[in-house]
This record gives sequence, structure tokens and C-alpha cells, in this order.
Amino acid sequence: MNFFRFINGSIKIILRGNKTYYAWLIFLSLLIIWGGFGYLGQLREGLIKSHMRDSVSWAFYIGNFTFLVGVAAAAVMLVIPAYVYNWKPIKEIVIFGELLAVCAVIMCISFIVVDIGNPLRFWHMLPIVGTMNFPSSMLSWDFFVLIAYLFINLFVVTYLLYCIFYKKEYNRKVVLPFVLFSIPMAVAIHTVTAFLYNALPARIFWNSALLAPRFLASAFCSGPAILLILFQILRKTTKFEIKDEAIWRIAELMVYAMFIYLFFTVAELFKEFYSGTEHILYWKYLLFGIGENKEIVVYSWSSIIMGFIAFVLFLIPKTRKNFLTLNIGAVLIYASVYVEKGIALIIPGFTPDVLGQIYVYTPSMTEIRTAAMIFSIGFLLFTFLSKIAIAIVFDDYNIDSLNRDARRERVTNDK
Amino acid sequence: MKKENSRRSFLKNISLATFSALALSGCDMKAIDEFLQLNFRTLSKKEKDKLIKDLEAKYKGKYGKEFNVSAKPAIEGTLFGYALDLSRCIGCRRCVYACVKENNQSREPQIHWIQVLQMEKEKGIDFAHSDVQYNPEKVPEKGHFYLPVQCQQCRNPQCVTVCPVKATWQEPDGIVVVDYNWCIGCRYCMAACPYGARHFNWGEPNVPVEEINTEMHYLGNRPRMKGVVEKCTFCVQRTREGKYPACVEICPVGARKFGNLLDPVSEIRYILENKRVIVLKQELNTQPKFYYFFGI
Ligand code: SF4
Ligand code: SF4
Repeated sequence: MNFFRFINGSIKIILRGNKTYYAWLIFLSLLIIWGGFGYLGQLREGLIKSHMRDSVSWAFYIGNFTFLVGVAAAAVMLVIPAYVYNWKPIKEIVIFGELLAVCAVIMCISFIVVDIGNPLRFWHMLPIVGTMNFPSSMLSWDFFVLIAYLFINLFVVTYLLYCIFYKKEYNRKVVLPFVLFSIPMAVAIHTVTAFLYNALPARIFWNSALLAPRFLASAFCSGPAILLILFQILRKTTKFEIKDEAIWRIAELMVYAMFIYLFFTVAELFKEFYSGTEHILYWKYLLFGIGENKEIVVYSWSSIIMGFIAFVLFLIPKTRKNFLTLNIGAVLIYASVYVEKGIALIIPGFTPDVLGQIYVYTPSMTEIRTAAMIFSIGFLLFTFLSKIAIAIVFDDYNIDSLNRDARRERVTNDK
Repeated sequence: MKKENSRRSFLKNISLATFSALALSGCDMKAIDEFLQLNFRTLSKKEKDKLIKDLEAKYKGKYGKEFNVSAKPAIEGTLFGYALDLSRCIGCRRCVYACVKENNQSREPQIHWIQVLQMEKEKGIDFAHSDVQYNPEKVPEKGHFYLPVQCQQCRNPQCVTVCPVKATWQEPDGIVVVDYNWCIGCRYCMAACPYGARHFNWGEPNVPVEEINTEMHYLGNRPRMKGVVEKCTFCVQRTREGKYPACVEICPVGARKFGNLLDPVSEIRYILENKRVIVLKQELNTQPKFYYFFGI
């Protein structure tokens, strides 16, 4: 009974909002419809609607997947500084960080589903009913840690929100181990995803021990960028309180991450270009193109330039502490990592292919539309969940208010 | 065996509810059976026989021809090996097309299990400077040699290691096969294979009915569906019956040799003994059973 009233109340909350909020919802819904029809085409005719072919057999979808694993991981890792520096709203940071993580993991799994040729056979991957290739295949590991991560985060947020909703004191002994466990799990999902690529001796571009560290560093740039902006919105529109110092501190931590990323990348580039073996080909294709084939160069350089501007903006204290430049930097670094993970990481792994042939890949319209659909669904989900969480945490949406509403309704009915 | 049965009944039970709903919405019972079909390797002899019978009936209905689908297991005491004479190959690509025909590869979208690379004599085996799209009036072209590549039937196959669902495996006679009904189409194996030997059905495969080869093997040349991976199987439907692979038979210059590595008097053994052989990308430790040599 309470549960249905909760659902009912939550739907009301979701539907409440100002014009901007509605515009945002309509925008997302339009994208979902537009993308959905693109995806329908792929379902009907197969992955031939993508621009992937035998030479480049993984591309934009798996790149998006990788990017979102980073977002999911970083959202939770933000709990560490919140704890170390003793920021006030640590509980809120945990709640919103984990909500973001949940949505990101759901998007990750969706990207895998759209990428496989036979989504209906997904159950073959499960243990017992299927024949999961565990522990041999990194993909089954990845699947396993992602699902575990999803459930841990889901449990922690629902439990916290449940307690606040019922005005109960939450049991630290229950929550803390899970929060603590979710942090190494966050590292794990990203490391295992890096190993997915790393473990392939056939793909020289990925076969570098620096791949996993670079993954983590770049995730630490993009993940907090979303939360940085979210915190500012929350601060403006709700009772959520976070000091300027905390936001700047996040930005500062992002600079460290960017620096580490830069350093790792330079180390990699030095090794490749100075030794000048045939392995250099892949980096060459990424940065300069090979012969006539330069289609991917705009992606790599736009990512580099955006990342570099963001780095400078975050590095200089004056621009870091100015919210306009800070937000520009956050958007730029997010975009930079997105392009890096979406295209620049995956495509050179396949070009030239294992037999030295070059197939030029850029995403097809179907791939872009499908990705837009998944992102919009993810954002929509995140918007709704945040909205409910905000109501519970800041706006007195709880069991008492539900009871009050019910009573009021009865009174009006009686009249 | 008991375990399999309980697995199957469990599966049937949990899915029956869902699928009766699906069935009502126009999905027929066959599709459900196919959906619930288990990994070929976990089936008993009886289940396999039934599966094969059903398949033959299904193909007959679909193509209007008699089909002979075999599920013949590996013959004991065989380990197949292949050797290709680089000094003889002229790059005519007859093997490519014979393979397409024998193994019912999709014509449009086009799938070729064999890729012939044209290389510059001066550079040796150098993939980065090779060309698959070569198209002169007459082969061989001056200054070039040809290197056909197909599945190297690795003893240590990366594709098998990475497959998340065990849809691809190495048979006792050394042939790496795919269960097309079990493959989920994740293409991890394609990323892992160092020889570009695995091919994906990006769209619905398309083979003209009059050209279909009706002598089939379940793990070999039977028709594939959209969204699954396929690859060279050393013509499992032929070689387990004691015949040569189609590419060996068609080669006009006799560059292709095939045989049982465990048979001391086989031709393949003779080559390993008397010619110096190489394998591709030996540094990756895939240990192919596909050798290249220089006969003259
Ligand atoms: S060549 Fe490729 S497909 Fe064939 S066995 Fe080796 S890894 Fe597998
Ligand atoms: S594409 Fe098929 S055979 Fe290849 S790894 Fe995925 S499930 Fe296995």
C-alpha cells in the first residue's frame, strides 16, 4: 500500500517542474524517438546498418560503453576526497554519485546489447543456464563485475533513500561496508574493461601495460565533470549545500588526473615514436592518418585540443575559481574524453587491421542515432531518479507527507 | 547427463511462461525451440540426432532441396595440418571462390574466408605494405608474391580463449569450429584473432538456392544466420570423410597440401621433415597448424 503511494507520489514529483524542466524532458523524448527509429532499422537489417565491417569489427558502440564505464567508476570514487577532506554533504555526494553510477552502468549494458549480433541470446552468457566462459574470457569478467557494481550501488542508494524517507536512522554498519566495497569495485570495473582490450596480443595498439592506468586517469577527468555541474545545479535549486572550496577541490583533483593522463600518454608516445618499430603505424593513423586516409584525424585532434584547453583552464587558479571558465572547462574535458574513448581508443586498434589493410571507419547515422537514444534514456532516468532523490533528501518528501496527502484527500472526498 | 537434463528442464520452465506469451503474439513453436537450444557441445548423441533431423527438414522447407547435414565427430588419431607453398602460389584466387562455393558463404554481403595478400618481393612478408584488393589483368605481377591467409587453426587459439559463451572451440582433430546457434555475435573473437580469419554476418547472408552445397556439417558449412561469426573449418564436412579441402583440390599449381599430422607417412609430415617451414606471427605464440614453405 505504502509502496503504491510512494510510486504515485514519485510520479507526481517527476511531472512537476518549470518550463526549462519540461523543455529538457521534451528534448530528451524527441531524441529517444529519433534514435529509436534508427535502432529499429538496425534490428531489422542487422549491424550492416553500422559502418563496422570485418576489418573494424568493434567501434563506436563499444567506445561509448568504455566511456560510460569510466563515468560509472569515477562517480563513486569521488566519495574518497569527500571523505578525506570531510566535505559536509558527504551523504548527498554518495547518493548522487551512486545514482549516476547506476544510470551509467545501465547505459553501459545497453550499449553492449545494441552491439551484439544476437541480443536475444544474451542468456548464453549467464552461469548455469548458459555456458559462461569464466574465468578465461575477459568479457565475462567484465559482465560479472558490472552487474555486481550495479547491484551494490543500487542497494546503497535505495537503502539510504528508504531510511530518509521513513525518517529512520540508517544503520552505518550496513551501509559503510558496501560504500567501502563499492570503491575498489569502481576501480575494478574500469580496470577489467581496460583488460578487455589489453589482453589481446593481436592488437598491438592496446597491448601496452599503460592502458589500464591511462583509463583510470581519464575516467577521473570525465566522471567528476558531470558531478561538478550537477552540484552547482543542485546548489542553486535545492537546499543542497556545498562550499565553493569543495567544488574547486574537485577541479583541482581533476587537474592532477589530467596531468597523470598526459604524462602516461607522453611516455607511451615517446616509446612508440623513438623506437619507431612497425607498431608506430596505429598512432600514426590516429594522429596524422596514413596516406589518403585522414578521416579520423579530426576526431583525435579535437579531443586533444579540447582536453588541453580544459587542462589550462583548470590549472590556472584564477580560471579554476571562476565558475564560468570552470564550467567551460568541465564541458570541454567531458567532450574530450568522450571523443577519446568513443573513437580514438578503439579505431586505431583496428586500423590498419591484423593483415595490414586499412578500412576507414567513421560512425554511421544509425550508430549515432542509437547512441543518442541510449544517452537520452540514461539522462532521462538520471533526471527522474535525481528528482525523486532531491525531493526525499531536501524537500520533505517522506512517509509523513504521504500520510498527510492521503488524509487531505480523504477529507476532500468526504466533503 | 542428468545435469544437462535438469538444466534443460529448468530453462524450459523459467522461459515457458514468457514464451507462451511470445507464442501468442505470433511467434511459432520452432522459433522458441531454436531460442532454447543449448550449446552443441553439451548435447547428448540423441539430442544431436534429433537436432540434425529437424535441421534437414527445416532446410528442405526453406530451399526445396534434399540436404545431408552431418554431425560426425573427429576421427580418433587425426590432427589436421596444412602447408602452403609460397613459391608456387600465383595469386589467382581460385581457392577463394572454391571456398565460397563449398562452404556456402554469403555472396552479398560478401564473405571470403580466404584472403590472398599481394606482397612486394623486396619487402618479404610485410603485412603493412600488402594489398588484398590487387586487380591486374594477369597474375602473378612482376616483383610480387602472394600469401593466402585463412584460419591458421592455432593450437593455442586466442579466439577460443576470449569467447564469453564458449560458442567456439577446438575439436579433438584440431579444427576450431563455431556453433552458429550459440554465438551471440559479440565479435570479441574477431578482435582477438591475429590473422583476420573470423568473419561476421553483418546482414542477412545470401546464397543463391541453385548454388547451395547440400553436403553439410553442423559445425561447418550449413547456412548461417545474421549476426553470427564464421570461419574456415578445413572443410570439416569433407575432411572428416577422408576428402581434401576444396581449396587444396582447386589450386591449379598444387601449392596447397593437407594431411594428418599424426600420420608419419603423410605428405604434410614429409613437408615438415624435408622443407623448412614458417608460421605467421610466430611471436604471438598461437602455434598455428597452418604452415608456409618454399617448395622450389
Ligand atoms: S587463426 Fe584466428 S580464428 Fe583461426 S584458430 Fe587462430 S585465432 Fe582462432
Ligand atoms: S562473436 Fe560469437 S564466437 Fe565470437 S566471441 Fe562472440 S560469442 Fe564467441
